[in-house]
Amino acid sequence: MKIKQVSVFAENQEGRLQAILQALDTASVNLRAVSVSENADFGIVRMIMDDPEKGAKALKKSGFTERTDNMLSAEIPDIPSGLLNTVVLPLAEAGINIVYFYAFMDQKPGTARIVLKTSDDEKAERLLSKK
Amino acid sequence: MIRSPKTETMSRTDLESFQLEQLKKTVSYVFERVPFYKNALKKNGVVPEDIKTLKDLARLPFTSKLDFRDNYPLGLTCVPRDEIVRVHSSSGTTGKPVIAPYTQKDVDVWAELIARSLACAGMTREDVLQNAYGYGLFTGGLGLHYGAERLGATVVPASTGNTKRQLMLLQDLGTTAISCTPSYALIMHETAIEMGIDIKKTALRLGILGAEPWSENMRIDIENKLGITALGIYGLTEIVGPGVAVECPHKTGMHIWEDNFLVEIIDPATGIQLPYGQEGELVITTINKEAQPILRFRTKDLTSLNIETCGCGRTMVRMSRITGRSDDMIRVRGVSVFPSQIESVLLTVEGIEPQYMIVVDRQNAFSSDELEVWVEVSEGIFSDEMTKMSALQTTLQRELDSVLGIKARIKLVEPKKLARTEGKAKRVVDRSELPKT
Repeated sequence: MKIKQVSVFAENQEGRLQAILQALDTASVNLRAVSVSENADFGIVRMIMDDPEKGAKALKKSGFTERTDNMLSAEIPDIPSGLLNTVVLPLAEAGINIVYFYAFMDQKPGTARIVLKTSDDEKAERLLSKK
Repeated sequence: MIRSPKTETMSRTDLESFQLEQLKKTVSYVFERVPFYKNALKKNGVVPEDIKTLKDLARLPFTSKLDFRDNYPLGLTCVPRDEIVRVHSSSGTTGKPVIAPYTQKDVDVWAELIARSLACAGMTREDVLQNAYGYGLFTGGLGLHYGAERLGATVVPASTGNTKRQLMLLQDLGTTAISCTPSYALIMHETAIEMGIDIKKTALRLGILGAEPWSENMRIDIENKLGITALGIYGLTEIVGPGVAVECPHKTGMHIWEDNFLVEIIDPATGIQLPYGQEGELVITTINKEAQPILRFRTKDLTSLNIETCGCGRTMVRMSRITGRSDDMIRVRGVSVFPSQIESVLLTVEGIEPQYMIVVDRQNAFSSDELEVWVEVSEGIFSDEMTKMSALQTTLQRELDSVLGIKARIKLVEPKKLARTEGKAKRVVDRSELPKT
């Protein structure tokens, strides 16, 4: 399945994450997952929200550069080797590289959810939906 | 030491009558030989016979950097090709560089002017000069080289770079004087510390520093760290190269060799001459050149002139330290760069908006981080993938290096971070002016 991810460019400085979260707070947007990729200068803050459109709008209004992507997402069972067997192994066998990913507990009990970007999202989606 | 006492301490009256004769010759010389000057003089309603006093200089047309470009490569040259024995050129970061041709006489005069400059700075034939200006098209290397040889000093033609070898030579050959950019003098100090060498304990006693703007504080810093006297030398490719002016150990401004160069200070906005002492743009007319004499070249360098006789006895006018530019050019290790050139490189990358700022460090401009270019991340270039953002940084850095020849660090910043001003944006900011974040 696909899930909307909102990404924001933030300088790697004190107060920037606070500004992002405050913008979302003001718009009453709930965060379900956050992942940050950073270097010494800046970070890319990637977020899954209950209302991505509203969240993106709020961030833009606060002056941030943001973008929304349709991300590949899959349910994984909350058991040993869940991530390996459900996602990583099938992709590796098909020669698909994972560009980045993050996972979080789903609202459904006993289930986690992975959000990922791969070298071939279309093929990956087909593979993962078979599971 | 005064190399040519009769010339260098000439009375102002004698100097000015000499200058007038040379100016008359130069104006009719270029009028006859260079279509560009013939047209420009006619446009100003001036024929060579109109030059009656030095005040008539103000009636002559200006020459700008653009005129060099329009007449590239040798459109301003007065002599046939077979009389040109050498050419130098400016760094010419984008587009066409400035070509400076020399006849044999020009080369000789230039060497003599540099010999005079080095003597003025306190060098003698006893000295060992390590010349760490770049050899090649740049005027600094060969210019200093021939001048120091003419003086009779020992020249170590080290050229730029390979700092460790420079320091080895400096110790082993008993180098007493070094010619380089002020920032390179500091790099040498840094490297010496890394190598466990105390430059203060070497024979080095004098620095002839130029090709980039530097402050009085930087002088003090260099003098303290290297245990030397640090003096400024000034020149431009368009005029001759280094050897237009130099400081004497009194450190009260750079003596301009007025028997070769007529200087004026103008208001950069109006072009009107300003009196001695007032700061404005330096304008230079060459009055002793064969291959390519230049009338009223607008240097864009801001300075002021001091007509008082110096403590050293020289009567020639002194220019103060360059305080800035009347345009927004910056120099990075001797390479001239305009923000517009940086902008044009940035804009070759798809999605980049022209919101950028150039951060320079005038006090400490020597590490590889000496120039930072801050680029705002707009939606057009923002990716959710770190590899793509890093690749963007690398691409921009590589482009600036390959197109402009400058090593700059690209820093990606949030939008609206950079100050927006009405009209012309302030593109160049000194690190000390940055708001604390």
